[in-house]
Amino acid sequence: MDLYEYQAKDLFAAHGVPVLPGDVATNPEDAKAIAAKFGQAVVVKAQVKTGGRGKAGGVKLASTAEETEEKAKAILGLDIKGHIVHRVLVTPASDIAEEYYFSFLLDRANRTFLAMASVEGGMDIEEVAATKPEALAKIAIDAIQGVDAAKAEEIADAANFPAEVKDQVVDVIVKLWETFVAEDATLVEVNPLVRDPQDKIVALDGKVTLDENADFRHPAHAELVDKAAENPLEAKAKEKGLNYVKLDGEVGIIGNGAGLVMSTLDVVAYAGEQYGVKPANFLDIGGGASAEVMANGLDVILGDEAVRSVFVNVFGGITACDAVANGIVKALEILGDSATKPLVVRLDGNNVEEGRAILAEANHPLVTVVDTMDNAAAKAAELAAAGV
Amino acid sequence: MAIFLNENSKVIVQGMTGAEGTKHTKRMLASGTNIVGGVNPRKAGEKVDFDGTVLPVFGTVKEAMEATGANVTVIFVPPAFSKAAVIEAIDAEIELAVVITEGIPVHDTAYFWAHAVATGHKTRIIGPNCPGIISPGKSNAGIIPANIAGSGKIGLVSKSGTLTYQMMHELRDFGFSTAIGIGGDPIIGTTHIDALEAFEADEETVAIVMIGEIGGDAEERAAAYIKENVTKPVVGYVAGFTAPEGKTMGHAGAIVSGSAGTAQAKKEALEAAGVKVGKTPSETADLMREIMQGL
Repeated sequence: MDLYEYQAKDLFAAHGVPVLPGDVATNPEDAKAIAAKFGQAVVVKAQVKTGGRGKAGGVKLASTAEETEEKAKAILGLDIKGHIVHRVLVTPASDIAEEYYFSFLLDRANRTFLAMASVEGGMDIEEVAATKPEALAKIAIDAIQGVDAAKAEEIADAANFPAEVKDQVVDVIVKLWETFVAEDATLVEVNPLVRDPQDKIVALDGKVTLDENADFRHPAHAELVDKAAENPLEAKAKEKGLNYVKLDGEVGIIGNGAGLVMSTLDVVAYAGEQYGVKPANFLDIGGGASAEVMANGLDVILGDEAVRSVFVNVFGGITACDAVANGIVKALEILGDSATKPLVVRLDGNNVEEGRAILAEANHPLVTVVDTMDNAAAKAAELAAAGV
Repeated sequence: MAIFLNENSKVIVQGMTGAEGTKHTKRMLASGTNIVGGVNPRKAGEKVDFDGTVLPVFGTVKEAMEATGANVTVIFVPPAFSKAAVIEAIDAEIELAVVITEGIPVHDTAYFWAHAVATGHKTRIIGPNCPGIISPGKSNAGIIPANIAGSGKIGLVSKSGTLTYQMMHELRDFGFSTAIGIGGDPIIGTTHIDALEAFEADEETVAIVMIGEIGGDAEERAAAYIKENVTKPVVGYVAGFTAPEGKTMGHAGAIVSGSAGTAQAKKEALEAAGVKVGKTPSETADLMREIMQGL
């Protein structure tokens, strides 16, 4: 889960990383009140989980409370790369002497963690990495040994942090590592890490990604979820324990196993090219495919107004196809009249003959059984194109 | 021969008495795996009956190995306890640890991997979040259904469980030396490259199917490895061409971030290494079928 800047900075502050004070507003009036409280020039920053806010007009300076209200009004509601701004962070404007970059992240290839640091911060770090790779220090971190003051000093030296601020930077690096580990983050990024004219080091912006697999040991992380910003169908699926991602096509997809479902999306996209239809979602119902899980899955997918046909693609490995077929039949009973879209079903593997026999017996008017994944995808695409 | 797992493998199950452990211990026994016991510190000394096969429960992996000569462990313990379970297996220096558990925090996986590295790689780790490994007719360590395909000469390595099953099903007329699901997490033990190296060295394997998916650059690195080191024919498949950037597709590791991790980049890297890449699982199977018929 990606966090908003203000949430990231709250976590930083909780772990002793220096940040500027600031408050979040959801309307211009509140933004004005926050600015009045600070009684000085402020920066109004759009809170969206994407980069490039500045260029999109999502970060503005305001010298008075009235101006803050105006700027907040302009920023709230902006569409930044598909993310609508619902909140702004109002924080005192600060003088900046230098901008640095720092992050801890997962290094998949080396199966460990990586520290990245540069004294050329403030800009897109991928651009620094591409154009001036020598300016970006990358230091591997041993997951057991972690980052103590000595390791932090090694990182600070590798990135050539100036001597006057090195001690502070080392301290910040150690505290960012504590944040990274204690919060089970897969990314902790500060860009820019700022040196002010008084040589104080401050994390001016922050980006944190948390590992959802670790939620069981972080009950407090549940409060960081922005339920209002979630796609309603994704929220509904999540409530029912389904692994669902909304996409922007017309063919609803249900399958078992993440790899097979991803593959199903591709096959449907190829088959849909000639009709101009695409997959509407990713939905992995996992190993078990009980009637309840199937009904919940169908319910979520049929709740998507864009869906015109549904492709159920199951390979019976541990799950038996007859159980899946019973699940489909019962799910259609449960849904009754609310099931209105044609279903194309492809079953293969464990007990496939029994499964197909159950569907043939039920002879539901909405269900078409097709033998292979490729042919079933073609049929589902054709039905979606016909069902305008 | 098969790789990593064969008819001489003696298997223990960590978490054998839990719901998943019980279910899959029965299935593994039914498919002929030589399971010699389980590990659960709270039930040490007990015996458990699996449809007529009575297995002893030991307090630790080390005790189980000393008593039975086990050289493989299959781990089903819940995510919160997986780190300790894998570290225990590593410290006991068991040859192979197959970590089935899904949902292990990546900091825990990074930790036990660092522990494996620090102690000299005495234990091969497969997974986590994987279906395990099967050498059909010889042994089955994990949750891959044993009845999909029999033994043969194709080696299969895949990030995805159900795509492993799908591909085994498509090529069941040829059969497999070993099929191995390496898992869909951001950090995994055994990689595509490890499996490719072992299949290249395995006399029984004549051709290899490699299945990848979006996220990371493991497939690109495997492609570079194939170009330099693999003489046997390799056919590839990559899932996730239509996955949008920034959305995790089921597996924690299956995410396209910026320009990195796209299926297209992986396909191109594999093709540049001389690997034929299928557009769909069945097209991939057809490519392999042609190769097998030509051998």
